[in-house]
Amino acid sequence: MIPEIGHIALILALGIAVIQAFFPLAGAQLGIRSWVSVARPAANLQMLFMLVAFGSLMYAFIDFDFSVKYVATNSNSKLPTIYRVSAVWGGHEGSLLLWAAILAVWGFAVSLFSRSIPDVMVARVLGILGLVSVGFLMFTLLTSNPFERIPMQADGRDLNPLLQDFGLAVHPPMLYMGYVGLVVPFAFAIAAMLGGRLDAAWARWSRPWTNIAWLFLTIGISLGSWWAYYELGWGGWWFWDPVENASFMPWLVATALMHSLAVTEKRGAFKAWTVLLAIFAFSLSLLGTFLVRSGVLTSVHAFASDPARGVFILAFLAVVVGGSLVLFAVRGKSIRSYVSFDLLSRESGLLLNNVLLIVVTFMVLLGTVYPIIHNAFGWGNLSVGKPYFDLFFVILTVPLAIALGAAQLLRWKRDTVSNLFSKVRTALIVSVIAGVAAAALLMPEFSLSAALGIGIGVWIVCTTGKAIREQLAARSFSAIPRGFWGMAFGHIGVAFFAVGITLTSVYSIEKDIRLAPGESYELGGFNFAFDKVNDISGPNYSGNRGTITITRDGFETILHPEKRNYFSSGMPMTEAGIDAGFTRDLFVALGEPLGDGAWAVRLYHKPFIRWIWLGTIIMALGGFLAATDKRYLRMASRARRNRRQAAITAGAAA
Amino acid sequence: MRKFAYQLPLTLLLIVLTVPLLAGIETYTFETPEQERIYKKLTEELRCLVCQNQNIAGSNAELAQDLRKKAYEQVKQGKSEDEVVNWMVDRYGDFVLYRPPVKATTLFLWTGPLIFLLIAFVVLWRIGRTRRKQTSEAQPVDEQSLEQARQMLENKES
Repeated sequence: MIPEIGHIALILALGIAVIQAFFPLAGAQLGIRSWVSVARPAANLQMLFMLVAFGSLMYAFIDFDFSVKYVATNSNSKLPTIYRVSAVWGGHEGSLLLWAAILAVWGFAVSLFSRSIPDVMVARVLGILGLVSVGFLMFTLLTSNPFERIPMQADGRDLNPLLQDFGLAVHPPMLYMGYVGLVVPFAFAIAAMLGGRLDAAWARWSRPWTNIAWLFLTIGISLGSWWAYYELGWGGWWFWDPVENASFMPWLVATALMHSLAVTEKRGAFKAWTVLLAIFAFSLSLLGTFLVRSGVLTSVHAFASDPARGVFILAFLAVVVGGSLVLFAVRGKSIRSYVSFDLLSRESGLLLNNVLLIVVTFMVLLGTVYPIIHNAFGWGNLSVGKPYFDLFFVILTVPLAIALGAAQLLRWKRDTVSNLFSKVRTALIVSVIAGVAAAALLMPEFSLSAALGIGIGVWIVCTTGKAIREQLAARSFSAIPRGFWGMAFGHIGVAFFAVGITLTSVYSIEKDIRLAPGESYELGGFNFAFDKVNDISGPNYSGNRGTITITRDGFETILHPEKRNYFSSGMPMTEAGIDAGFTRDLFVALGEPLGDGAWAVRLYHKPFIRWIWLGTIIMALGGFLAATDKRYLRMASRARRNRRQAAITAGAAA
Repeated sequence: MRKFAYQLPLTLLLIVLTVPLLAGIETYTFETPEQERIYKKLTEELRCLVCQNQNIAGSNAELAQDLRKKAYEQVKQGKSEDEVVNWMVDRYGDFVLYRPPVKATTLFLWTGPLIFLLIAFVVLWRIGRTRRKQTSEAQPVDEQSLEQARQMLENKES
C-alpha cells in the first residue's frame, strides 16, 4: 500500500511540475498576474509530494518490504536501521528519486527566501526549476521507477557493503544538494535572460544561492574522498575516477561562477560570461549524472547502468544545454557589458582566476571523455588516469594559487605594479624563506615540491592576512562585511589544502609486510607491534580483527584493522585502523593470513593528510560566511518592511 | 592487440563478476630501494583490467595479484620500468596504462590542456587591452554612468 502511495505521489509531483513550469513562465512572458502567482504554491506542493514519495520509499526499506524490487535488491533482513535509511539512495532508482526530491527542496527554498525579489522574476526561476523537474520525474517514472513491485522475496540481496558506512551514507545527499543546487543560479541566469534584465540586482540574488550550492558540493566531494581514504584501504584519497571528476568539474565551474558573480555585482562587468558560467555549471552537473548513470564509463560508482537511461539523459542534456545556449545567442548582444578596467586590476585578477579554473575544467573533461572518444574512433581502449591528471593539475593550479594571493590585494578598476609589489613584498620574502626552510629543516629530507607547496600555503596566508589588515585600517573589526571573511576563509582553506596535498604526496611512506604475533616493524619513526588477530562477528558479517600497538617515545596507540566478509555477498572488505593526527596519520590494513598466525599487513605513515580535509572544511565555512552576508539579509528585511507597509496602507484604505 | 581482443569477452564477464574491494597486500622483499620504488610506481600506474577502475595496487582481484607478481618478478630480475611497461602493453594493450603513451591518437590528449591555456591567455590579453583602451579614450558620456542611469531607471520600474 505505502509504495503505491509513493508511486502516486511521484506521478502527482510530475503533474505539479508541469503546472509549475508552464503557468509561471507563460504568465511572466504574457504578463498574466494570476498565472505568475501559481509559481510559489506549485513549488511548495511539488516539495510536499516529493517528500511523500521519498518517505514512502524510506518506509518500504525500514519495513523490509521485499515485494518492492528496489528494496529487495538493495536491502537485507540483517541490515542495521541506519543503513536501511541510507540504502534508499544506495542504487540507481533511489539516487534519482533523491535527485528529484532535492530539486523540489531547492524550489521550496527559493519560494521561501525570495520575498525581496520581484514576483515575475521568482515565477521565471521557479518555472525553470519546474521544467528541470519534469525532465527528471519523467526519467524516473519511465525508466527507473523505484516503486516497481515483484513477488514477495524471502530476503533481500543486501546493500553493497561499500555503502554500509557512515561516511558514504551522508556523502550522496550532500553531493546532490550541491549538484542540484547549481540549478538555482542556472535558473536565475535563464530567468534574467528571458526578462532581458541582467543587472547588479540579478547577480546579487544569485550569489547566496551559488555559495550555498558550492558549499554543499565542497562538503560532498570531501566526504567522498575521506571515505575512499579510510574505507578502501589503498591509502589514497583521490583517484581521478570518472565519477570523482564528474563531481569535481561542476565544483571548478561553480568556483569560477562565485568569483565572476562578485565582479558582476560590484562592477556590472562580465555579465555575459557569468551567464555562460551558470549554464556550464549546471550542464556539467547533468553531464556528471549522464556519465554516472549511462554506463559509458567504467567506474567503481557506475552501478546499475543501462543504455536506455543514458540516451534519455543525453537527450535531456541536449535540450537543456542547447536551449540555454540558443537563448544566450539570441539575448547575448543585449547583455554585453562595457565596463572598463585596467590590465592590472581586481577585475582582471578575477578574470585570470576564471580562465585558469576553466582550463582546469577543460583538462579534467578531456581526460575523462578521451577514452570514450578514442574508442569511438576505433583506436582501441585507452586509460587516462592519475599520472595524467596529477601532472596537468599541478601545472595549471600552481599559477592559480600564486595569482590568488596577489589578486586579493588588487584594487578595482586600476592598480599599478609598484603599488601591488609594495603590498606583497613582505609576503613574498616570508613565503620563499618559510617554504625552503620548512622543507629543509622540519621534513625528513629536502624536496623542491615540498618547498613549493609550503611556500604557496604561506604566501596565501600572508597575503590574506595583509588583506585583513587593509580592512582593519579602513573600518572596525565588527564592520568588516561577512562577504570579506568568506573570501578570507575560502583562501586560507586553499592554503591548508595545498600544503596537505604536497606533504602527503611527497613524504608518505608505506610498507607491505608479513608480521606474526609478537613481531614488529619500524616505519616513519614509529614502532608497529603486531599483537594478535581475533575472530569477530557483526550483525551481517563475520571477520577478523587485528590488534597493533604503535609506540614512539612516550606516545602509544592501539589500532584495530578489520577484515570483514559480508554474508549476503561474500565480498571481503577492509576496515583500516587509523590513528588520525594533526601532522600525520598512522594507517594499518589487514591483508591475507599467511599461516602460522602470521598476516600480510600494510602500514602507512601519512604526514599532513588531515590538512586536505581541514582545508576543504575551512573553504566550506568561507562559503557559509559569504552566503550569510548582511546585505542579503538586509535585502530580505527591507522587502518584509515594504510588504508590511503595503499591507497597512491597503488596510487603511479599506 | 589481437591477444587482447581474444580476452575481451572474458574480461567483460569478469567485470560483472568481480568487485574486488580489498587492497592487495603482498610481502615482497626487494634487493634495492630503487627496485621497490619501481615496483610501487608500476603497481600504481598499471590498471587492473577486470576491475571497474582500479590500479593493480588497489585491487585484490586474481588478475591484479597475477600482474603484481609478474611486475615483481621482472623488477627483481633487474628489468627497467620501461621494459616491464612494454611487456604489459604487448599483452594487454594501452588500456593497461594509466599514463597513456604519447602517440598520434593521443596527441590532442597531451597537448589539449596547453593549447587551451594558450588560447585562454591570448583572449585574456585582448580583453585586457580593449578594456584599457576604453579607459584611456575620452568619451563624452562614459559607459559606467550610462549603466548606472540605466540601473536607476530599471530599479524604479520594479
